[in-house]
Amino acid sequence: MEKNANLYFKLFLSTLQLSAFTFGGGYVIVSLMQKKFVEKYKWINKDEMLDIVAISQSSPGAIAINASIMVGYRIAGFWGALCTLLGAILPPLVIISAITFFYTAFSQNLYVGYFLKGMQAGIAAVIVDVIYKMAAGFVKKKDILSMALMAAAFCLSYFLEINVILIIAGAIALGTAYHFCAKAVKAKKQKRQAERTDSNGAQDLPIDKKNETDISRLSDKENKR
Amino acid sequence: MIYLNLLWEFIQIGLFTIGGGYAALPLIKNRIVDINGYISLAEFMDIIAIAESTPGPIAINAATFVGVKTAGILGGLISTIGFVLPSLTIVLILSLLYGKYKELSVIKTTLKTIRPVTLGLIAVAAATIIKLAFLGGQIASIDNIDYVAIGLFAVSLIALRAFKLNPIWIMLGCGGAGLLLYWII
Repeated sequence: MEKNANLYFKLFLSTLQLSAFTFGGGYVIVSLMQKKFVEKYKWINKDEMLDIVAISQSSPGAIAINASIMVGYRIAGFWGALCTLLGAILPPLVIISAITFFYTAFSQNLYVGYFLKGMQAGIAAVIVDVIYKMAAGFVKKKDILSMALMAAAFCLSYFLEINVILIIAGAIALGTAYHFCAKAVKAKKQKRQAERTDSNGAQDLPIDKKNETDISRLSDKENKR
Repeated sequence: MIYLNLLWEFIQIGLFTIGGGYAALPLIKNRIVDINGYISLAEFMDIIAIAESTPGPIAINAATFVGVKTAGILGGLISTIGFVLPSLTIVLILSLLYGKYKELSVIKTTLKTIRPVTLGLIAVAAATIIKLAFLGGQIASIDNIDYVAIGLFAVSLIALRAFKLNPIWIMLGCGGAGLLLYWII
């Protein structure tokens, strides 16, 4: 029980930290989650993290919140999900409540602007690092299909500005279609192979019989001895 | 009662925000500014600026801001709870299904196709942020290139790859360095 409480607290604190230092959108927090939960604590693996991102992206709500809930649930069930959710919403709740009372001064402050501008460059570097690490998996394996899919998704979203929901839905359709095509091709191959072994089987039969007779002859000889 | 109304409005907004926090903004404008008139259009524009320059998910920031403006701290809390309720329910159900059916071969192949696609989408976010950091939201030309940002980016990347520094220190360090360098220039 004490160990559980410890885990819940660690989950809460991790998402609290991530949420408090994340400027600019859900993908930034997802990159930081990958760094913390996958690389540092090794609570979940790289593939699971990408699945979590995909599901968070296509569920209602903010990506960062959805991803926090899913990570919490994967690691420590329902109460884990509540801990990560609380950790994710608490910092913005406190910070925004405070800022609301003197927001014009904040948004026009020159020094705040400088600080935020410097931070953007750091965020860009963190995301690039995460993408590099995650893509290294299939680039090293020379998985051309995955590389092409990644490039295609990038172009569709960045240059053509196609809705990300549509892109993910397309990927789901493509994956399912690929699975059933591969299955059909495999079934056809197996059927052909089965036919071939059937015809081979007919030719094999006499040899088997010959062997049998050989064995019986041998055993006959042994009997004579 | 204003609290119940805020809760209900944000449950609806949360449910129909699909594709990340930015998708919540048009819904907030429609429900909160146009229909209920809780905040003005000028205040709504300020929300976007604030939500982008403070930590945390943009939709949560916006929900809190609207709630606090309309009905104080408790209003902010209730709006945020309303916004995350649909997410919590739906994502928990999906997590349950994911755990159960992850090993199914159809799901496995499909997930394998989605993973690189998701990575491509993360790369889009990276490209957008890089563009914003290097050009400061202006059109691409040599005059607008922000050399300080490029320098900070390069140093950060080296620190991450070679020294495996904690990203939070990288970001705080860049913020501090930005404050100093932009102030001097």
